Amino acid sequence: MKAVEVRCGYLPLVDCAPLIIAKELKFAAQEGLDLTLVRQPSWSALRDMLAFGQIDFAHMLSPMPIAMSLGLGGVASQIDVLMVLSVNGTVIGVSESLNRRMQETGWKNTFSDPFATSRAILAAGKTPLRIGVPFPFSMHRMLLETWLLQTPHLHPEHIEIVTVPPPKMADAVRHGDLDMFCVGEPWGSVAVQQSGATLVLPGSRVWQFSPEKVLGAQSNWATQNPALCHAMIRAIFKAASWLERPENTPLAIEILARSQHLDLPDHTIDPALTGRIVTNLGQTPQQTNDFVTFHKGAANFPWRSQASWIADVLSRWHNLDRASSRAIAQACFRSDIYREALAPIGANVPKASHKPEGAMDGPTAVSSTMGEMILGPDRFFNGAIFDSDAPEVPK
Amino acid sequence: MQTDLTILVVERDKTKAHEIVDALLDGGWGDVTVISSPDAIEGAVKQRDPDIILIDLADPDRDTLEHLSLVTNARNRPVAMFVDHTDEQMTQAAISAGLSAYVVNGLQKDRIKPVLETAIARFRMFAKMQSELDAAKQALSDRKVIDRAKGLLIRARNISEEEAYTLLRKTAMGQGRKVIDVATALVTAAELLQ
Repeated sequence: MKAVEVRCGYLPLVDCAPLIIAKELKFAAQEGLDLTLVRQPSWSALRDMLAFGQIDFAHMLSPMPIAMSLGLGGVASQIDVLMVLSVNGTVIGVSESLNRRMQETGWKNTFSDPFATSRAILAAGKTPLRIGVPFPFSMHRMLLETWLLQTPHLHPEHIEIVTVPPPKMADAVRHGDLDMFCVGEPWGSVAVQQSGATLVLPGSRVWQFSPEKVLGAQSNWATQNPALCHAMIRAIFKAASWLERPENTPLAIEILARSQHLDLPDHTIDPALTGRIVTNLGQTPQQTNDFVTFHKGAANFPWRSQASWIADVLSRWHNLDRASSRAIAQACFRSDIYREALAPIGANVPKASHKPEGAMDGPTAVSSTMGEMILGPDRFFNGAIFDSDAPEVPK
Repeated sequence: MQTDLTILVVERDKTKAHEIVDALLDGGWGDVTVISSPDAIEGAVKQRDPDIILIDLADPDRDTLEHLSLVTNARNRPVAMFVDHTDEQMTQAAISAGLSAYVVNGLQKDRIKPVLETAIARFRMFAKMQSELDAAKQALSDRKVIDRAKGLLIRARNISEEEAYTLLRKTAMGQGRKVIDVATALVTAAELLQ
């Protein structure tokens, strides 16, 4: 049988690891796919390539397919999410001067306390705070706003969120163009090394189980090519499961550094995969559990409740009707295709497509195709619970 | 004439920028601004209030432009990329030429089309010149390496230049590799042994 050529666009970030492993360890080839990874210079370029059929699949920021399907920004196009590629994996950092001002208020960085950190940011008294994110439609921006705007006395006009391409984040911090940033690895660690930045929180401290990157495909294309979609989901599912095993981490780092896809040295890949994060130059690494999750806790499952959460944020930003945005967003997250793809290999998949987001304090058993499986924890920093089935959703 | 359109060109390469501006001026558009530094995008968009922004498809700063187009006020909002996404042909032409264009909402399609056509033609020409230049550079550097490898063989085995090349080619064919790969391996190995 001849392998079918498929093209997948990506941005060179550590969290595209499942794609690289699927290709390099031949999980894609086993599924009959000749996978070509096509590097993109920006999220906008990746979006356009996908919308115009130049690539079949894409490694995307989780809000992007929903924004595109809602017709926000650039080219409107119906994009489906076939699976989640990674959960969490971002860091929030501050510039050297903001760190100094925060410390003067008596704050100590523990890389784990959202409340003390946002109070110190407010007390440092710098307004407006210029905060860099990689793209307007990103989980980075959603997490930052979710976190900061919950701080008493911190108002939307105190912050100004701007888009800075991740490889330039460190420079922008050094030149004083940014006071803060939220970015995916390796660019947070690079900002620490090159610009004296301090990492104050992993994204997971804002939401313990936020979908970060997803696998997107054009909705029409996915309908016409179910076999290719199923094969790709299975290949990445197996790659993610391999990647998640701790004993494979050193080899994974080696493969990611050696294959030409990332073009990053191994010492910049290491922190994200091992969870050993250096928050400040010269300090010993801080062990951060579940810094990024590729597989466990049904990480690859495209939860429609997460699509609703994203849709609610987008409707707030762009004054859209909440109910219709949710309906469009839920239709994007193809838990149906995901189940069809994994049924033949007997994978354990959740039975429900919705869950209350933020309700699990710890590992929790839920019913699944194989009986039961363990999910969670998935808490929001402030204990909020987002139940998309509830008639009225608290902000 | 269409001189009333304000066009902003984002291009780092000076020669390329000049060419694009010349092409646009020839086409009858007089109000063309070029910025070479991506850091100036934000200021230029606010100050010039352009109708159309032309930028290289592969420019990493497109994401910044994308954000600006969402947050600036309605008049300044370049929401549509390319002419109009219903114009598939034009879009494909722009993509294959490596051009992206942001067009302010509400600008009539027939007014944008000639600007884009001019820019697409110019972008194509550059892409072609670039690939020819790259190919020429590659050929030149390949030849240098092959010459060095031949030199090594001539000295080590006391053979003629022609025999040295035949040996390289035979080895490459035997191993299913390119002559340049075998030559590079030989030169690298020789450097290591020195």
